[in-house]
Amino acid sequence: MGTTLYDKLWDAHVVRENADGTVLLYIDRHLVHEVTSPQAFEGLKLAGRKVWRIDANLATADHNVPTTDRVHGIADAVSRLQVETLDENCRANGITEFDMTDPRQGIVHVIGPEQGATLPGMTVVCGDSHTSTHGAFGALAFGIGTSEVEHVLATQCLIQKKARNMRVRVEGVLGSGVTAKDVVLAIIGRIGTAGGTGHAIEFAGSGIESLSVEGRMTVCNMAIEAGARAGMIAVDHKTIEYFRGRPYAPKGEMWNRAVAAWQKLKSDSDARFDKEVVLEASAIQPQVTWGTSPEMVVAVDAVVPDPAKESDPVKAGSMRQALKYMDLRPGTPIREIRLDKIFIGSCTNSRIEDLRAAASVVRGKRVSANIKLAMVVPGSGLVKAQAEREGLDRIFREAGFEWREPGCSMCLAMNADRLGPGERCASTSNRNFEGRQGAGGRTHLVSPAMAAAAAIAGRFVDVREIG
Amino acid sequence: MEKFQKLTGLVVPLDRANVDTDAIIPKQYLKSIKRTGFGPNLFDEWRYLDPGEPGMDHSRRRIDPDFVLNQPRYRGAQVLLARDNFGCGSSREHAPWALMDYGIRVIIAPSYADIFYNNSFKNGLLPVVLDRQAVDQLFQECFATPGYSLTVDLDNQIVTTPGGQGFRFEIDGFRRHCLLNGLDDIGLTMQHVADIQAYEARRRREAPWLFSD
Ligand code: SF4
Repeated sequence: MGTTLYDKLWDAHVVRENADGTVLLYIDRHLVHEVTSPQAFEGLKLAGRKVWRIDANLATADHNVPTTDRVHGIADAVSRLQVETLDENCRANGITEFDMTDPRQGIVHVIGPEQGATLPGMTVVCGDSHTSTHGAFGALAFGIGTSEVEHVLATQCLIQKKARNMRVRVEGVLGSGVTAKDVVLAIIGRIGTAGGTGHAIEFAGSGIESLSVEGRMTVCNMAIEAGARAGMIAVDHKTIEYFRGRPYAPKGEMWNRAVAAWQKLKSDSDARFDKEVVLEASAIQPQVTWGTSPEMVVAVDAVVPDPAKESDPVKAGSMRQALKYMDLRPGTPIREIRLDKIFIGSCTNSRIEDLRAAASVVRGKRVSANIKLAMVVPGSGLVKAQAEREGLDRIFREAGFEWREPGCSMCLAMNADRLGPGERCASTSNRNFEGRQGAGGRTHLVSPAMAAAAAIAGRFVDVREIG
Repeated sequence: MEKFQKLTGLVVPLDRANVDTDAIIPKQYLKSIKRTGFGPNLFDEWRYLDPGEPGMDHSRRRIDPDFVLNQPRYRGAQVLLARDNFGCGSSREHAPWALMDYGIRVIIAPSYADIFYNNSFKNGLLPVVLDRQAVDQLFQECFATPGYSLTVDLDNQIVTTPGGQGFRFEIDGFRRHCLLNGLDDIGLTMQHVADIQAYEARRRREAPWLFSD
């Protein structure tokens, strides 16, 4: 019987099997950011341990950094100390860091692939749940906690138990105006936020294959929102072309050897999955979340659902809580929901392709008068520079958007960018939890094109209907 | 790591599904570079009526008397009863740190998000899985009985109600062993340094492009 992509990646990294069924798994790449690493470095130091393999680590500051001009540093003293602690820990341990002033700095999940520091066939971990993003390249990538960050720093390994195999196939052709973000929201709407718990999800099918590499990253990014620690997609020619010439990618003869190995990174045709779900690509519409969990999602032309029609009492209770928090009434058309702020950014949707898609919607138009703030936060310094070369910053600025420095920004509002209580935001990020974008703030998750269209209209609209 | 063997503790019922780690400990407190001191900010946005920032005197903030943790009958609880998919969302280990710092040692729920589940064990916090029906029953009993306590025995993998009814729970043998003995994972892995070196040498031969030094 054949094996799955996940099986292959797993088997290739087993250092030893423990008697109880767990394994010691080798980690090829460890990405580090300021929020989840200080206690790990402290633990390492207290125990008198050293970093096992310095060159396997790459660090950047992203969560706390300001998205306004950086020449004056960070105003908030607590944030500043955390970022400085990362700088100091990297310096002391010899770890490469793209600090706040480095042109390559950005959201950790954007810069890893951009640098070629994430490669097919790798195990990639980071103290961040959206590490699943890197699975888009046929890698086994998952988020870990701070104790595990310390474990990887000290041993280059993790004690892990194998997950079950799940495959989500999206078959057919996506409609125009329907993006990777809509695909993954539709998947989560179907299987629920716990649908992938205990599983590694492989995304497959012609609908997934048709996506660009950036789009695949968007899909894998949100695997964690479907409950799966890891999401992944098989390697194809797009994956390989993406890495050609990247700074950390192999060159010359080594490149050829690597490509030969990468081409094997796919599930066998007779591989068995413990769970399989199939979605029809042509049935997927642009999606908008209405509640406080990514599974609370509907198509843009739908209405806010009614908890009275939900038979599961626990679910109905969650729906009521969500409607109260979001200040929405069942039956309200999604298109009648008016917005206060627009956020285009985050590790889900801040790559060049996302910015191009949003810019093409806003070109020559103006942000609606009821929108207090519309902001674009590129995923990295390099994405920002590329966008500026293409003149996208001008398009956004002329339409009334703010054009910012790279970082996590209002995805989780650890820096100064946040929603005020009661403010409603169309956001291209990945979590609409209570308070995620600021205490009392209300988040609707959408694609970059949908967020851009909402900025212009001041409320949700179907991006396919605007010219 | 703190050991966990057996405990009889007051139960607090948090009757919500999909409690995410942003709710358990909001992001502004993640700026700390320490592992301790998160207890006053556990469930911060539900517990307090006014917004909180790190460095505040939280004992002077306005509390929401309706939130379950603020009800006097649940003061000093060590067991948290919860619904499906507890701990979903971000990987922040600050979530188990905050629960522990507050005094919670055991969570009982029908299911957990994977990363949270894993992080709990590394900090001496025991996440017990019981089926939905059993959890429902415990919620009913807890609401109905002031001072409701449960005994959680890790060695024998049993949760016992005040009425003497026992619910067996399953747990991975290795995790149980580490928790019972307070063992640190890194120390255990360090016993296999030779295996790691042998693997690394092989990987360097087979995939040399992964090594830059
Ligand atoms: S952009 Fe948002 S989800 Fe992504 S790493 Fe930053 S905070 Fe996390």
